[in-house]
Amino acid sequence: MMKEFNPVIVAYCCHYCAYTAADMAGSMRLSYPCDIKIIRVPCTGKVDPLYVMRALQEGADGVLIAGCLEGDCHFKNGNIKAMQRVTYLKTLLNEIGIEEERVAMVMMSAGMGKQFAEIVTEFDDKIRNLGPCPLKRNQEPEQILSEAV
Amino acid sequence: MITAERKPLDEIMSYIEPYHRILLVGCNECVTVCAAGGRKEVAMLSSALQLASMKNGKTLSVNELTLERQCDPEYVDTLAPQIEGAEAIVSMACGCGVQELARRYGQVRVFPAVNTKFMGASERAGVWAERCQGCGDCLLGLTGGICPIARCSKRLFNGPCGGSNNGKCEVSSEMDCAWALIWEKMKELGTTDQYEAVISAKDWRSGRGGGPRKIIREDLQ
Amino acid sequence: MKTNSVLEKVFASGAFAVTSECGPPRGAMPEIVREKAEHLRGYVDAVNVTDNQTAMVRMSSFAASVILKQIGLNPVLQMVTRDRNRIAMQSDLIGAYSHDINTVLCLSGDHPFFGDHAMAANVYDLDSVQLIQTVKEMRDNGSLQGGAKVDNLPRMFIGAAANPFADPFELRVARLAKKINAGVDFIQTQCIYNLDKFEKWMEGIRERGLHKKVSIMAGVTPMKSEGMAKYMKNKVPGMDVPDEIIKRMGGVPKDKQAQEGIDISIESIQRLKAIEGVSGIHLMAIEWEQKVPEIIERAGLYPRPDVA
Repeated sequence: MMKEFNPVIVAYCCHYCAYTAADMAGSMRLSYPCDIKIIRVPCTGKVDPLYVMRALQEGADGVLIAGCLEGDCHFKNGNIKAMQRVTYLKTLLNEIGIEEERVAMVMMSAGMGKQFAEIVTEFDDKIRNLGPCPLKRNQEPEQILSEAV
Repeated sequence: MITAERKPLDEIMSYIEPYHRILLVGCNECVTVCAAGGRKEVAMLSSALQLASMKNGKTLSVNELTLERQCDPEYVDTLAPQIEGAEAIVSMACGCGVQELARRYGQVRVFPAVNTKFMGASERAGVWAERCQGCGDCLLGLTGGICPIARCSKRLFNGPCGGSNNGKCEVSSEMDCAWALIWEKMKELGTTDQYEAVISAKDWRSGRGGGPRKIIREDLQ
Repeated sequence: MKTNSVLEKVFASGAFAVTSECGPPRGAMPEIVREKAEHLRGYVDAVNVTDNQTAMVRMSSFAASVILKQIGLNPVLQMVTRDRNRIAMQSDLIGAYSHDINTVLCLSGDHPFFGDHAMAANVYDLDSVQLIQTVKEMRDNGSLQGGAKVDNLPRMFIGAAANPFADPFELRVARLAKKINAGVDFIQTQCIYNLDKFEKWMEGIRERGLHKKVSIMAGVTPMKSEGMAKYMKNKVPGMDVPDEIIKRMGGVPKDKQAQEGIDISIESIQRLKAIEGVSGIHLMAIEWEQKVPEIIERAGLYPRPDVA
């Protein structure tokens, strides 16, 4: 019998906007899938494309980068740099043969708790539809992650 | 700097197809500056090759290392302890570096991961443009500091040709006409009276025309 | 006289010179060369033979020039520096002169990008100005470019191209002066539609007395249709086609446009004849050689002077 697919999704959220929005979603008691593992970064500009690559290597099925709205970045243009890097990553994923939709950049303000929940739920759905990352491994993804911890 | 661009991933994959353990070597000089083969690019390529291999059900182990330069034997020597564990070497340096690795570690196959492009300078972040063709007999003093050999599509010494259009080359509207630039420079410098002197035919022996070149300094040996 | 060139003799006689063009075919079809050139017999003083024009591989201009020589016409051998190094070019010049070809047009050549062999290594060992110097060295000093003195080197009448309409405009007079310094005898310009701008260029030329040092031939190409006029305006580098010409071409029904184009070219020739310093016209009726007789006759340039 086929095991049900529960995607592993890593979400890099910037401290000033996306993480605060996530926090607000929590305090508003809004639910979103527990597949989402949030990692707080000072700014999405801190996210090296290498983190995304390693996340996929270690078992993530999708990686979301959530930052501030254009013009609102606390560090001026960190979010713009993140956007450019995500565009580059998508081309690289295409070269590798992995669906480029597995990596995405979204933008929101700190007060958008409801939208945070909606956005990550939508991303989770998208990854569920794509299925597991098309990599043939010797171990189950869950196992690899727990070893890394 | 010498500029380069990463080869398409499937080309690199085709080189390492028979191998499971590779040594991926970057260079901290030119290819770092043009973001093609430095430490970061080595990490990214390593990840990409492992992901692509996993997709095909193959486990690829990558030993990542970046040398100060790959064109000096002293730095290349430092790789010696890593060679035993490698079935193949993939170099992200320019052609000079790849050849030095191949020369020193002849028993292992060495593959280039980048296409070496040109000698150039940075115009702005993320943009590098060709500036020098290594002709061996620099005439930049005569042309206002703009090289017609590297920057004129027809390497004219007495340009511009009839295809110069709004300061752009006939080949592409994105390409500056080198001679239009030289003329503007001459106007700025007040040396336009020199324009009508004919620059005579070049002796290409100082360049690649005389065969592969060497510089030998007796005082430094 | 510097050479035996008929063109040189026509200029020296004070008559208004006429040249036209014959583009060789893509295949080994000498009869095409003969057919095209036959239309021009008696109506021109010399016939330019183009050299792999627009970087498309064609029968070589050397071969086509020999064919013209064989049927009793005077070829102007066009030579581009794009495809051959100085060894090959000097060799071709000696070979051409051995077939009594004595007039050459020195060009850099359209970039390979435009043709069907964009992947070729473009040579450009010399540029057009350096080629002019080379041909002059052979004729006046009996030596090759590398310095060796050789007997019986070609004595060619040396031509080059000029484009009064390319940028920067202020440079175009200085560029002609440079070619004169290098030793050019005659110039053929790019085809002219903007007569005002051409007259401005000629003013600059006359100011410096350059029209006395070189024989200038004005380029004329008759338009076949409004479509051709628009194409030349937008797609061909270094071309200046005023909107009035396009309006005039478009203002007549399609089947009358060719005649309108011919009429415009004849008006241009009349105006060009009257400009001080213009010594002739170079009529480029590409793939339309059969119209050359009508144009030359109606422009009052027939018959051609007998300078032999």
